[in-house]
Amino acid sequence: MQNGISRTQLDNGLLVLLKEIHTAPIISHWVWYRAGSRNELAGYTGVSHWVEHMQFKGTPRFSGGTLDREIARLGGVWNAFTYLDWTAYFETLPADKIDLALQLEADRMTNSLFEGQDVDAERTVIISERQGNENEPMFLLSEHIQATAFRVHAYHHEVIGEQVDLEALTREDLMAYYRRHYAPNNAILTIAGDFDSHSMLARINELYGAIPAAEPPSMRVRPEPAQRGERRVTVEGPGETVYVQAAYHAPAATHPDFFAMTVLDSLLSGPSSLNMFGGGISNKISRLYRALVEKELAVGISGEMPATIDPYLYSITAIVHPERTAEEVISALDEQIRLVQEAPPSQEEVARAVKQARALFAYGSESITNQAFWLGFPEMFASYDWFSGYLEQLAAVTPQDVQRVTQLYLQPRNRVLGIYLPDGLGVEDAEFVVEMGEV
Amino acid sequence: MATRIPTHSRNTNKASSVISALPGPENITRQTLKNGITVIARPNFNSPSVMISGYLQAGSLSDPDEKLGLAGFTAACLMRGTQRRNFQQIHEALESMGARLGIGGGTHTTSFHGQALAEDLDLLLDSLSEALTQPIFPEEQVERLRTQFLTGLAMRAHDTGEMASLICNRLLYADHPYGRPTDGYTETIQAITRQDLIDFHARTYGPRGMTIVVVGGIDPAAAVVKVSAALGEWQNFEQPLPVELPELAASDQTVRQSHHIPGKSQADLLVAWVGPKRRSADYLPAALGNNVLGEFGMMGRIGEVVRVQAGLAYYAQSALSAGVGPGSWSIGAGVEPANIEQALELIMKEARRFVSEPVSRQEMVDSQDHFVGSLPLSMETNIGVASALTMLERYQLGLDYFQTIAKHVRSVTPEQVLETAQRYLDPERTVIIAAGTLA
Repeated sequence: MQNGISRTQLDNGLLVLLKEIHTAPIISHWVWYRAGSRNELAGYTGVSHWVEHMQFKGTPRFSGGTLDREIARLGGVWNAFTYLDWTAYFETLPADKIDLALQLEADRMTNSLFEGQDVDAERTVIISERQGNENEPMFLLSEHIQATAFRVHAYHHEVIGEQVDLEALTREDLMAYYRRHYAPNNAILTIAGDFDSHSMLARINELYGAIPAAEPPSMRVRPEPAQRGERRVTVEGPGETVYVQAAYHAPAATHPDFFAMTVLDSLLSGPSSLNMFGGGISNKISRLYRALVEKELAVGISGEMPATIDPYLYSITAIVHPERTAEEVISALDEQIRLVQEAPPSQEEVARAVKQARALFAYGSESITNQAFWLGFPEMFASYDWFSGYLEQLAAVTPQDVQRVTQLYLQPRNRVLGIYLPDGLGVEDAEFVVEMGEV
Repeated sequence: MATRIPTHSRNTNKASSVISALPGPENITRQTLKNGITVIARPNFNSPSVMISGYLQAGSLSDPDEKLGLAGFTAACLMRGTQRRNFQQIHEALESMGARLGIGGGTHTTSFHGQALAEDLDLLLDSLSEALTQPIFPEEQVERLRTQFLTGLAMRAHDTGEMASLICNRLLYADHPYGRPTDGYTETIQAITRQDLIDFHARTYGPRGMTIVVVGGIDPAAAVVKVSAALGEWQNFEQPLPVELPELAASDQTVRQSHHIPGKSQADLLVAWVGPKRRSADYLPAALGNNVLGEFGMMGRIGEVVRVQAGLAYYAQSALSAGVGPGSWSIGAGVEPANIEQALELIMKEARRFVSEPVSRQEMVDSQDHFVGSLPLSMETNIGVASALTMLERYQLGLDYFQTIAKHVRSVTPEQVLETAQRYLDPERTVIIAAGTLA
């Protein structure tokens, strides 16, 4: 027991993290698998996400739909997420009903059916999900940027997968992936809420303890070679708005520079948080908001520095002002980056980033579901210590560190510059006339 | 078929604590200040943070047709400069403390939400007070915001979901203020002058009918004192009475419209009817019925037919939206343009079934269980409690609403759901919209 967290590894390899929180009669139960789009090979993209969908289709014990109904009846919520590095399933339920979550997750760890007709029906559902994404200009741009930034590493495709693979994947492909990755020794169970750890652990042993370990999935990670020169990608599509995204190859979550990059992101584009559930705050005093939005080069900016197993991307996105160009935005962005490279930020600016992170933690800690998320998320790329030391690590970042990582990573040769350009196809502009004239 | 899942009933003594943990007269402080502001406070000493939420009686109902969007524009200007501080100073104070405050214009009201560490409640309240009572609408900020709104409208014009919803409201509420989008149109946003904003604020903003909810790590009595100190002296003797809504003349036939937006992978299909008001006796049977129709589990009957069985859509669900005036009851799905007719046929078949036979006893009980069971989870965070208390006050549902709602929910019968559905979901008087690449 450390920081109120109990950490146990079952004989079959399942790692269990428990945190008792007795503020509300609620428990949140999460199962995490080390399986995400990072684990996918060419021709099989989107398989992690599709398997996640199939996990809701039933087992011999719990038919598809039964679980939805049971959890809804209990007033609980459940969902799942597939990400670059992991897939996670959660149920948040009234404390006295949590056994349902334990039973169903233990069951579907190895017993999902993947019926042929369910696979067929889900294929079109997932293609529909992809098409919904394609309606968004930023999805189209990000997809091209990822593909341009990663020539070798599997981070090069979106989690949802390529259309061509979604059309071609078979039940056997899905089943093989499930068998390979869904096993106790490739999973983590995290539970937070109103329970007694001792009896909870006993129940976990009963339900999960007998699931046999599997051969650990073999995976040959193909590290991305250093980028040699700036890459640019232009995407044309519907709309009237230009978007710019600058994506810099950035350190992995466990790299010592990760925290300085996080502080840099706070200074440039506003506070970011590790909350999956819980609010964020605005970014109007960030350097890029002042330099781009207040100077009327852009109408909005944001930044993202995700925590990943392998080096991924630090990305800055701007929605270009209708009377400005992408090039003007890029040159103002470069100017702001140059300022940090030439002079370290003030101690005060760095301290502010830490204070903001502290407040965001406070907001996120209200939700039991978020607390259980926090138990598992850092284990996917580091360990819980990474999370518990997060604020301390941020506080240890010096202005010189921020300057150094900006010099090191935020170089044009290390980035992909993506520009979304409207293709010039207009939309009907009769809406106001209709409103005023006909109705 | 459905397997009944055995659940372990440990911690059964928790059931009573769930009920008493819900907000009720004994744990909510409600006080009206002499200028008409109602303060509602509920402590949560487990939380190091505090949330404020509320509204005042100024909304887009007061917008002239040719200046639609005026209420929203006015609200957006409030934190852009005051008699005391400029835009950067206002946001510097909030963001550097990790706090946030947002104010937005709606149809009947202008609402606000803020969050801070508990020790910074004064900062939140002072910022709110300053924004509401001393805005100066700096010319430069007004123009910057105008461009941001116009960009937002250009993005809306290419968003299939937003356009479906906009056109749907226009048809559903023909000749009624609810048919007008609160964010206006390009022409109306362009027509708004700085003086219009100043006048709108001076005329419509005032303390009478304003509500402010404070939830979090703060003593309720202290919260009332602090709100009183920040806003207790505010007066506007010219403040008008809330705008009266005209009667809605519902359509006597089915209306169908398609809206073409080029270059989109997916179309949004929306099928809608006028729904009950929030305070109507029809609301509860409609809400429970809607849960069966298109929410329960994986989106109820609609989700089962359109998503699970036919695989036509990633999202396919129904929604009941109820407020001060006539609400809306709709079914929506995101589908490939080629599948619109098939999806529409399935949706209308379910709608006809829903108004011709009562829901099953099992469906009724499921929906009731879900409604009652999900209350504690929805109140897990300060945001959840603040939203719930704001709703209580907004619709005058009574402080004991959450503690007594279970028995009202349990008393609704399948026959009542059927009668209620028949009053609203008339298949011969349906509004049907498809927005997407339809050419």
